[in-house]
Amino acid sequence: MDPINWHTLFFLLFAGIACAFALGVVFSSNVVRMAFFLIISLAATAGLFFLAGADFVGAMQLVLYVGGTLVLLVFGVMLTAQSPFISIRTSGGDWILAALVGGSMLAILVPTALMIGERANMPSAEADATTRAEPPGAIQPVVMAKEEPTVAMLPPVPVESRPTATNIGQALIGVRVDKLEETNERKRAGLAGYVMPFEVISIHLLVVLVGAAFLARARRRAKSRFADAA
Amino acid sequence: MLSLLSEPVGLSHYLIVGAVMFVSGAVCMATKRNALGVLMGIELVLNGANVNFVAFGSDFLARNPNYGIGLDGHVIALFVIVLAAAEAAVALAIVLNFYNNHATIDVDKADELKG
Amino acid sequence: MVEFINEKIFGFSPTEAALAVPGQVIVALWAAFLILNLIAVGALLFIWMERKIAGRIQDRLGPTRVGGRFGWLQTLADGIKLIAKEDLMPGGADGLLFRLAPYVAFCASFGAFIALPFATGWVGLELNVAVFFITAVLGLEVFGVILAGYASASKWSLFGAMREAAQVISYEVPLGLCIVIPVMIAGTMDLIKIGNEQAGWFTNWFLFHDPFTFITAFVYFTCATASVNRAPFDLAEAESELVAGFHTEYSGLRWSFFFMAEYGSMLLVSALGAILFCGGWNGPIPVVAMIGGEHASQLSGFAFVVANLLGTIMFLGKAILGVTLMMWARWTLPRLRIDQVITTCWKYCTPIVGVMFIGVMVWQAYQLPSPRDLGWGSLEPGSVREAWHPSDEAKATPAVDKQARVDDLQMTDDAQARVE
Repeated sequence: MDPINWHTLFFLLFAGIACAFALGVVFSSNVVRMAFFLIISLAATAGLFFLAGADFVGAMQLVLYVGGTLVLLVFGVMLTAQSPFISIRTSGGDWILAALVGGSMLAILVPTALMIGERANMPSAEADATTRAEPPGAIQPVVMAKEEPTVAMLPPVPVESRPTATNIGQALIGVRVDKLEETNERKRAGLAGYVMPFEVISIHLLVVLVGAAFLARARRRAKSRFADAA
Repeated sequence: MLSLLSEPVGLSHYLIVGAVMFVSGAVCMATKRNALGVLMGIELVLNGANVNFVAFGSDFLARNPNYGIGLDGHVIALFVIVLAAAEAAVALAIVLNFYNNHATIDVDKADELKG
Repeated sequence: MVEFINEKIFGFSPTEAALAVPGQVIVALWAAFLILNLIAVGALLFIWMERKIAGRIQDRLGPTRVGGRFGWLQTLADGIKLIAKEDLMPGGADGLLFRLAPYVAFCASFGAFIALPFATGWVGLELNVAVFFITAVLGLEVFGVILAGYASASKWSLFGAMREAAQVISYEVPLGLCIVIPVMIAGTMDLIKIGNEQAGWFTNWFLFHDPFTFITAFVYFTCATASVNRAPFDLAEAESELVAGFHTEYSGLRWSFFFMAEYGSMLLVSALGAILFCGGWNGPIPVVAMIGGEHASQLSGFAFVVANLLGTIMFLGKAILGVTLMMWARWTLPRLRIDQVITTCWKYCTPIVGVMFIGVMVWQAYQLPSPRDLGWGSLEPGSVREAWHPSDEAKATPAVDKQARVDDLQMTDDAQARVE
């Protein structure tokens, strides 16, 4: 018997929860239960992020997505949760159409995922030969050429992941500390980091804040002012 | 079953999870008539995409370095999370407004602009 | 510990011992067992304490009969009563969610303890983003409350849950800002590093780092009280308006899970505050320095265990002190109205902590002095030990430590020169 790979075990656990409850969201007709299933699904996704070594993104998923966005969503659900709207049935025709579309999307996505996964686990030279994604002038990384094919053919081993929080913070203010030593020209692109997107998102958030507050404001004051004027 | 447990996890495993979440979200958006249900579908779609980004950004899922996008994956996933929060806030404001004006949250009733 | 168990009990070779699974499973189960017991025993203690404190504040005795003079077995008797109670569920309730809600709340409270260190290296899961993880998981507790409120099919419960949702989302903003300030000073989100940064005399605590952190600590305490739903912010269960708020329809063991979750998160936010502002496991007096290192991680063997045990006792003492303060506030202050709660958050706490944030930023950017830089708290381990055991100094310290200490001294001098 092969020893159990615990990384895989936990992956299967979290992936199973995430997928099962995602399907639960689709097939449940009660909106409150949908919200609850969505919470579990997204929390399990955070677990997947931790497993993939993205500790900062995983924690962010828990804080912002599960702790912020979904509380907001549940808040909305409860504000509108009156008995006629809790479960609105969908007609059978819609279900058939959606199943067709969803099934065909899944039929495209899953083989693609398998194909990409296969190539990603190949040693570099063979994968390049099969993908042809490399522009002709690109410099091959020297390190990979030296690597023995037997080593490269080994399945990926879960290694101790490095903490990512510092690197992400530096990238957001415009320094890619993880790319300073990079020899691969393709991967050196984007050394300037993410200052511009970061600023754009900041402005975007401000606009959203004002917009949401404007949309959801109480109408009473506007009416009373109108009444005063009249 | 045992071989499934003893094999290490690769990129494709994550991509399949992402695909399942994406498709669930898309179907959810298509079939739900409750506006908040549609919103939940959007969240699922965004998360499916996020799983892919994080998987590609992971250091040890892909052996071939040309498939890893390193930290970019993490940063893009962060941006997606932030944008999802913003989108949910605005969408919720719209839904509540709709509910206040029309006393329903059935998206099929929102057909005033139909010619 | 993992290596030890794998080597001695399961007989793995030393090279594979670090990664072998049985030892890790045992260590994980042991950690989970300890944390679970901490919450359970803590709840027993805190409920008794709350009764006693409430009694004394209201000029009565509190429990006196069960278990001897001080009634310290009162909670156990309560627990037995709760277990024996009939488990009711309202007719219109959503059964699945109604049953799940207490466990969601309890799991969130319990899960956050995983990343909480009790002393250097004594932590369930050593995380680089521990402080972030704890706030994240603690924030999930609100779902238990919301689900309970919705699933009970009762207006009182629903009102309580809505208030809780609004309140918790609002208070996450100032709470997060408060937490960012010590993180900014320490330069890490690793709670062990944040704690060790404050080793030495109590003047090294971030509470006394500069005036801004001093105020921040009090804002943190306010926001933490609000975020765990304690009076005067316990709008979700305001018994004078909402019967019992979100847990109106709960009884028996399920209700006690809510209670344990509440006391668990009270202990958690107090412990987090102790690490962030009050030095964590570092006492007011540098005991570890007297034993022989700047913090416990530099010790080994028996000295490490002793230092960590002392540290854990100190840490739990600070956390319990925080909980006691919360109880004091509960039985002293009247409950706020919901609009006052939200006003406190957005019009007072958030702007104040925003200003404090900028203040600390300026303080750090201009490298203004903190007590440590002035040399008040920077008693070197060597000099402290010298004062206690004058003769041991020469043979007890390796040369490397000496060099490091000389560097430290020079840095302190530099800091002083900069100030002057």
